Amino acid sequence: MAYALQQLINGVALGMIYGLIAVGYTMVYGIIGMINFAHGDIFMVGAFISLISFVLISSGGWAAGPGAILLVLLVSMAVTALYGWSVERVAYRPLRGSFRLAPLISAIGMSIVLQNYVQVAQGARVKPMESIVTGGVELWHGNGFAVSISTMQAMIVIVTLVVLAVFTWLVTRTPLGRAMRACEQDRKMAGLLGIDTDRTISITFVIGAALAAVAGTMYLLRYGVIDFYIGFLAGVKAFTAAVLGGIGSLPGAVLGGLLIGLIETFWSAYFSVQYKDVATFAILVITLIFMPTGLLGRAEVEKV
Amino acid sequence: MSAALQNRAPSAAMLRLEGVTAAYGAVEALRDVSVHVDPGEIVTLIGANGAGKSTLLMTIFGSPRARTGRILFEGRDITGMPMHEIARAGIAQSPEGRRIFPRMTVRENLLMGAQSFGVDPAPGLEQAFTLFPRLKEREAQRGGTLSGGEQQMLAIARALMSKPRLLLLDEPSLGLAPLVVRGIFSAIRRLNAETGLTVLLVEQNANQALRLAHRGYVLVNGRTTLEGTGAELLARPEVRDAYLGTH
Repeated sequence: MAYALQQLINGVALGMIYGLIAVGYTMVYGIIGMINFAHGDIFMVGAFISLISFVLISSGGWAAGPGAILLVLLVSMAVTALYGWSVERVAYRPLRGSFRLAPLISAIGMSIVLQNYVQVAQGARVKPMESIVTGGVELWHGNGFAVSISTMQAMIVIVTLVVLAVFTWLVTRTPLGRAMRACEQDRKMAGLLGIDTDRTISITFVIGAALAAVAGTMYLLRYGVIDFYIGFLAGVKAFTAAVLGGIGSLPGAVLGGLLIGLIETFWSAYFSVQYKDVATFAILVITLIFMPTGLLGRAEVEKV
Repeated sequence: MSAALQNRAPSAAMLRLEGVTAAYGAVEALRDVSVHVDPGEIVTLIGANGAGKSTLLMTIFGSPRARTGRILFEGRDITGMPMHEIARAGIAQSPEGRRIFPRMTVRENLLMGAQSFGVDPAPGLEQAFTLFPRLKEREAQRGGTLSGGEQQMLAIARALMSKPRLLLLDEPSLGLAPLVVRGIFSAIRRLNAETGLTVLLVEQNANQALRLAHRGYVLVNGRTTLEGTGAELLARPEVRDAYLGTH
């Protein structure tokens, strides 16, 4: 029981990170109907920018407290957003109106470009960072097993919830969010109503990248090691989360992320760590057989 | 002569299409069409299905693009301008198929009509609900769940939200009960008379459209074949035979 509870805590913290990345996949899919394969690498870029910011801050003699973490988070979000904007501008916008596979291929190209760019600029070796968020709270002590939540895990959960709350408010309650939903539902009509659809799509990439930067920062703080290749597996997992939750659905992306995090954690805890990815993808396959549109996705049938 | 002077239309037409040709791929939909709408006018385009009426309205917004000719709005060349800038210049459209945002509420659909124009949405909402009280009842309902007639009302009301100077209406009578059609036509007449709203109306319902309009054009296979006042066109035998179904 205690052991299971501990796994639940671990799984939720991991799942939040996947969920943050998955939102970026699902948003871009919703608005332009393409899978942005470079999104995982945007997450990786976000993690690197955070690492560089931390190094700069500590070399400036600043103590690594909550203020420093917040500053790093904001810097990383801003710079990573710029990457997200550039990727769309350079690799996807010129292909709009081209055949459907063109931006997909371009996205794979962008993914390779980003990986190699970071590899060349930062080196191929694994980059460690000492953990600055330490400690935790013991919640319960039973059967000789202590259930605890680390400060880091609590921080991931809180930061993610705050970011997602702001993001949900933005999409559902503001004119900008309304314009994004309009572009998703009928882009030409949005244009007829004076919406600059190219700009709206750009903003979608910017927001998605900023969320991925939050995920990257949390990942860096939690695991303490990153390299130029972390975007691949994280990206595939988050993409899986988006599909599992129902691609195009924002709550679905978060739900899918949580489920993937939980499945992975519980499988590792009770069965074998080696096969955790197999378990994750097997459950994806099974879900899609019975619910082809994912858990919260909707069938593409509309009243005309 | 300076470019500015050349850009002035020969007359003070609000909208002027000069020799416009447009196509979907290899299929020509408009061939050398010249049409104009003066300020304060209601002009109707009538013609059979596939004659190019809806294409003409969309070509004004640059989709499909005019391959030849040019389009002037208030003396300004808008050919090739981005769609959202054409809308912001003061043209609104209630398009073919209504194109209601299906997963937005009626209220959100209406707000979409105003938000890019820097206008206060409150008077627009009030006008919409006065014009179509049904929309008020459905305010919080999703667009996709409305009936065809309600969607049509919403499409028109949404187009009016931006306080356009020129309104393009594509088949506002489609799928509506005769009583509702009458309501919509009288609303158009009233807006035109009271606010000076200029209207370009595409209709299959030629009889009613020609009675409402000051002038009309007949479009056949992408070409304008006839032009005249509503009464003139109503009296033409070829119009009566082809579009009015009178015997």
